[in-house]
Amino acid sequence: MTVTDETPVEPMRPVPTPTASADRPEDAAQWTAKLRHTAVEALPPQQLMPDRQPAYVASWIYVFGVVTIAALVVVIATGLVLAIMGPNWWHSSTTGLFVNSLHLWSVEVFFFAMIIHLWGKFFMAAWRGRRRTTWITGVISFLVSVGAAFTGYLSQQNFDSQWISTQAKDGINSTGAGAIFNVTNFGQMLMWHITLLPLCVLALVGVHVLMVRLRGVVPPFAPEGRADDAEPVGIGNEQTGVEA
Amino acid sequence: MSATTVDNAGRPFKADRDVAEWKGAYTPYDLVKEFLIALVVVTLLIIGLAVLFGSPDDTPVTVKSWSTTSAFTNPDTGANSPGQVDFAQTAITELDGTSGTATYGPPYNTTTDPGPKLGPLGLQHWAGVHHPINTSEDFVLGPLSTLTGNPQIQSAVTEYRNASPDQQANWNSAYEDAVAKATLVDGKLVVPSGDYGPVGTIISGLTSMATSGALDGSLLSSRQFYGTDYTKPLLFIADGAYLNSLAQAQHLGGDQWGMMNETGSYPGQAWLWLYTLWYQVPAIGNSSNADVYVFAIMIGLTILLALVPMIPGLRSIPRWSRVYRIIWRNYYREAERVGGSGAGTT
Repeated sequence: MTVTDETPVEPMRPVPTPTASADRPEDAAQWTAKLRHTAVEALPPQQLMPDRQPAYVASWIYVFGVVTIAALVVVIATGLVLAIMGPNWWHSSTTGLFVNSLHLWSVEVFFFAMIIHLWGKFFMAAWRGRRRTTWITGVISFLVSVGAAFTGYLSQQNFDSQWISTQAKDGINSTGAGAIFNVTNFGQMLMWHITLLPLCVLALVGVHVLMVRLRGVVPPFAPEGRADDAEPVGIGNEQTGVEA
Repeated sequence: MSATTVDNAGRPFKADRDVAEWKGAYTPYDLVKEFLIALVVVTLLIIGLAVLFGSPDDTPVTVKSWSTTSAFTNPDTGANSPGQVDFAQTAITELDGTSGTATYGPPYNTTTDPGPKLGPLGLQHWAGVHHPINTSEDFVLGPLSTLTGNPQIQSAVTEYRNASPDQQANWNSAYEDAVAKATLVDGKLVVPSGDYGPVGTIISGLTSMATSGALDGSLLSSRQFYGTDYTKPLLFIADGAYLNSLAQAQHLGGDQWGMMNETGSYPGQAWLWLYTLWYQVPAIGNSSNADVYVFAIMIGLTILLALVPMIPGLRSIPRWSRVYRIIWRNYYREAERVGGSGAGTT
């Protein structure tokens, strides 16, 4: 077909911006629009990825949160390589053994940083100001990470995993959980280690980080001799962070 | 703060629960840059550690390696024991139902022993048997039944199965006495003679299966071609003394804080230090309910940790400890410099 000046051409439609779309009255009832609106309102981009922080965020202790996540990235990346190559690979390949070493040491760094982060936050009373959920998701992340590491040790297929499984069975069985969680079943432990628990850890860490962004970094306690309510105006609203 | 200050819900402001709005200075903060730098540094650190130290991969124990080991020190008796002898002494306890696995209870089998209890709660027994194991059949008679080309063994197995429980018990008891004095002569198990009927042939046949490696495969086999459940061979091996002797030598025993150790000199699950700590407390570690006690303590402590923000007193520890003064020392130094104007928090 030859295109001539007379050929009718569909006029280009303007690409709607999210804001424009959400503002259209006829779209207001859309679930998608409502979800987007709620998400953007709860966590505007500036808050999700801030470029400024309160001046009190100045201590080495803050580094350990980001180090934990960085180590988790290495844990997942090396775990993916081990998963792609299969559970027997690292026992017979020097490259595999090196990837396993990376996986082991990334786990050690992950826990080292996570525990310092946890106790740092404890001594900052980081739950203050409507940050309870942040604290609780952090503690649960730690707990599930312990389970993820534990199943990793059980999945090694070497003497260590034999010993750990035959010892750990007594503790697990004593709670009745051994009925479904059989630590001497390599296949079951491997599946927990490479699917269920990593998914839980990633989901929990994701929620935890979103909560940090949503509530911000907890401010210091008021200095001695100065009351927290020196400026009581606003206490109880969203900005001040008084528990609802 | 004045005691009269309240929030919108009418509650007084509490320093361990609430914060006032930050009205101080903000400083530039490049989140993405910080994360990428952290990722690079952490990756390099991990690569360095992996290159320097590597990771352990100690060969697993098999029934064959256990039964063919020349000798090891039994950690329970201190005696120097050849692998074949330890295997035979373990095998008879599997046959007569006195081994650790045979008397374990749920989830492997039923026993009259109530098992570990948390007060009135017998959680282990309540959960029931989910991975049934009959050690006599699954560990001894069943594997021997696969040796269809050996009429002597098949005859012994049939004779044993057809005997009355009392007769079986007498044979088992006689063999247990005899095998306690067993020796290894020219690589062969020598058990003093006794009135133990077919049991001598049965245990001797099973020992031959073990040393040849055939028993490993037989214990692992399941109803399907592919198998990933190592419960049976692991429990059998753990009933013997060999696995324990290797673990003790690697400082992995329960009384060696073994739960947080790793083979060699590698760091293990150090984060389990509190879990293993309770086993070192004699009142707990020596109890037959130790496992469930420790689990209950750890579950309780974990719940407490998660709920710290809601527990008055506990949530005040950070303020009382004053560790926060070190963390935010720049902030408090600035606050003192400006004469307590708070460097921003109001």
